[in-house]
Amino acid sequence: MIPLSYYLTLSAVVFLTGLVGVLIRRNIIIILLSVELMLNATNINFVAFSQYFHNINGQVFVFFALTVAAAEVAVGLAIVIALYRAKSTINVDEFQLLKW
Amino acid sequence: MTYELIPLLPLASFLILGLFGHWIKDKAHLVAVPAVILSFLFSVFAFLDVAGGHHSTFRLYTWLTSGILDIHIGITIDRLTAVMLLLVTIVSSLVHIYTIGYMQGEPGYARFFSYIALFTFSMLMLVLADNFLQLFVFWEAVGLCSYLLIGHWYERPSACAAATKAFVVNRVGDFGFILGLLLVLTTFDSLNYSDVFAKAPDVTGRVMNILEPLGGHLDVSVLTVMCLLLFAGAVGKSAQVPLHVWLPDAMEGPTPISALIHAATMVTAGVFLVARLAPLYNLSPTAMTVVAIVGGLTMMLGATIALTQTDIKRIVAYSTVSQLGYMMMACGLGAYAAGIYHLLTHGAFKALLFLGCGSVIIALHHEQDMRKMGGLKDKLPITYWTFVIGSLALAGFPLTAGFFSKDDLLVSAWSSGPLGQVLASLGIGTAMLTAFYSFRLVFVTFWGPSHVDHHHVAEVHEPSYTMTIPLMVLAVLSIITGYLGIPEFLEPMFATDSEGSGHHASGSVVVMLFASAAGLLGIAGAYYVYVLNPSLPDRWVREWRTAYQLSLNKWYVDEAYDRSFVRPTFVAATELWKHVDVAVIDGAVNGVARAIAWGAWLLRLIQSGQMQHYVLGMALGGLAILTVFLMF
Repeated sequence: MIPLSYYLTLSAVVFLTGLVGVLIRRNIIIILLSVELMLNATNINFVAFSQYFHNINGQVFVFFALTVAAAEVAVGLAIVIALYRAKSTINVDEFQLLKW
Repeated sequence: MTYELIPLLPLASFLILGLFGHWIKDKAHLVAVPAVILSFLFSVFAFLDVAGGHHSTFRLYTWLTSGILDIHIGITIDRLTAVMLLLVTIVSSLVHIYTIGYMQGEPGYARFFSYIALFTFSMLMLVLADNFLQLFVFWEAVGLCSYLLIGHWYERPSACAAATKAFVVNRVGDFGFILGLLLVLTTFDSLNYSDVFAKAPDVTGRVMNILEPLGGHLDVSVLTVMCLLLFAGAVGKSAQVPLHVWLPDAMEGPTPISALIHAATMVTAGVFLVARLAPLYNLSPTAMTVVAIVGGLTMMLGATIALTQTDIKRIVAYSTVSQLGYMMMACGLGAYAAGIYHLLTHGAFKALLFLGCGSVIIALHHEQDMRKMGGLKDKLPITYWTFVIGSLALAGFPLTAGFFSKDDLLVSAWSSGPLGQVLASLGIGTAMLTAFYSFRLVFVTFWGPSHVDHHHVAEVHEPSYTMTIPLMVLAVLSIITGYLGIPEFLEPMFATDSEGSGHHASGSVVVMLFASAAGLLGIAGAYYVYVLNPSLPDRWVREWRTAYQLSLNKWYVDEAYDRSFVRPTFVAATELWKHVDVAVIDGAVNGVARAIAWGAWLLRLIQSGQMQHYVLGMALGGLAILTVFLMF
C-alpha cells in the first residue's frame, strides 16, 4: 500500500511544475499545457483522497474535470489560432494591449 | 376704513409691473400712476379720520409666535403716521407723473416704475409699522429700493459705485440699528411700540456694563445705549455726520428718484424714527444731546459744502443733508413736532427743487454742470418760477412754508435750553448760508449770460406737461403747507414734554426776526455777488484758497474714509486673496486632487497588460492566504 503522502508529493511537484511553466514560459501553447498540468495535479489529489477515504465522489469529480479540460483545450487552442492570425506570433509578451 | 389699501395698492402695482413689465413696457405708467393716486386718496381719508380723533392699531398678519417673540405685521394710524402718509403718497404720486416725461423712451421704463412702486409700498409700511421688527424690515426694504434705483443706469460704472456706496454706508448704521433692536427685545421682552413705551419708564434706572466683553467696567444706562444704537441706524439713513457721504453720490440715480427717495421720503426715515421713538428718547437726556449735536454738525457741514459745488443736483443734495440736520437737531432738542413739520415742508420744496433740476437737466440734454448753464429763465419760464418758489421756501423767505417751519423749528430749539440756544444761533447762521447757496443756484442757472453748449441753445424748451404739472403742484404745496396748521395737529402726539411745546420762552420773537433776516440777507448776498459783481466769486476763491478747497472737497471726508477704511479693506482683501485664498484654500482643494492623481498613477502601474504578471499576483496571493491559514 503506497502511503497518501507520496501521491500528495507527486501532485505538489506536478502543480508547481505547471505553475512555474505558466509564469516563465512565453509560448502560449506551452502555457496552456502547463495549465493542463496544474489541473491534472489536482486530479491526482482527488483520486488519492478518494481511494484513501473510500469515497467514490472524488473519482466522479475527476471525470467532470477531464471533460471540462477537454472543452477548455478546444476553446483555448481556438483562441491561440485567433491570436496568431492577429499578430503572426504566439509570444505572450506581445499581447499586452489591455492595460492603462 | 380701508387703511390696508394704502400700502397694498403700490404693492400690487409693483407685482404687476415686476412680473409683466416685459410686455407692458411703455404703458407702465397706466398701472403705476392710478395705483399711487388712489393710495393718496385713501391717505387723505386716513388723515381726516385722525384729525377727527380716530386713532387705530390693528394686525394684518401674524408672522410667528414663539416664547416672548410675537412677530406680526400691523398697522398703526396716529397723527405722526397720518402726516407721513400724506407726504409719502403725494410726493410719490407727483414723482410718478413726472417720471412719465422724464424717463420717456428709456429701456428700463417699466422696471423703473416697478421699483418706485415697491419703494412707495415699503416706505408706507415703514411709517405704518406698529412694531420695531416691521420698521426694521421695511427700513431695509427702502434701502434696497434706493440701491436699485441709484443703480438704475447700471451700465454706468459711477452709478454702480454710488449704489454700492449707499448700501455699504447704510449697512454701518444698520448694524447699530439691529443691535439696538436686540437690546429692545432683551430689555422689554417685546418689540411692539405700545408695550415698549409702556414699560420704558420702569427701566430708566437700569444700567449695563458695556465693557464687559473686554473685561472692563463702565456702567451706562440701558436706555441711553438703546437710543444711541437705534440712532446709528437713523444716522445712516438720514445721512447725518459721519455717515452723510452716500447721499450726494446717490445723485447718480435718475432725478425723480433723487426727489422721491433722497429728498422727501426715505432720508427722512431717520428723523421719523427718532420722532416715533420719542417716548424712549425723552427718557435719555444723553442720547437726546447726542442727537441734537449730530444734527447741528450735519446742518452746518451740509451748508458749507453746498456753497461751492457746481453740479446742480449735488448742491440740492448737500442742502438736503443740511436740512435733515435741522430736523434731527430739533428732534434732539425735544421739538419733535417742529422737526416733523419741517420734514413735511422740506419734502414739498425739496422735491420741487429736485424735479426743477431734472427739468433743467432734460432741457439741456443731461447737462448737470452749473457753469454750462445761465440765462435759462426766459426759455424755461415754468421751471424758473417754480424753482424760485422752491428756493424761497428753502431760504425761509417770509410767508412760504419753509419760513413757517424753519422759524417754528428755531424758536422751539431756542426755548429748549442752553444747548438749544447755541444750536439755534448756529441754525440762524446756517439759514443765511442756505439762502445764499440756494440763490447762487438760481442766479447762476437761470440769470446772467448763457453758457449753454451752442449746439443745444436753439432747442432748449420747456418739457412736456407731465413734468411741468408736478412742478406747479409742488410749488403750490411749498407755500400752502405753511398754513395747514400741521404743528398744532402734531403737538398732542408729543405733548408729554410740557415745556417744549406751546409756550415759547422769552426772546422767541427775536429769534424769529433774526431767522427771517438771515434768510433775506443770504438772498441779498447772493444777488450782490452773483448778479451785481460776477467777478467777485473768482477773487474770493483766490483770497480764501484753503477755505474754498475745504468746502469744494467736502471737508475731505470721502478722502479720509478712503484712506482709513476703504483702502485698508481693499489691501487686506487683496492680501487675503493672494495668501489665504490662493495658498490655503485653493492649496487644500488642489492638494487633495493632486494626492489622488498621484495615488492613481501608482496604482495604475500594477496593471501592466502582461498576463503573466497577473498570474504571478494570483499565485503570490494564494501563497499568502495559504501561509496565513497554516500559521494561525
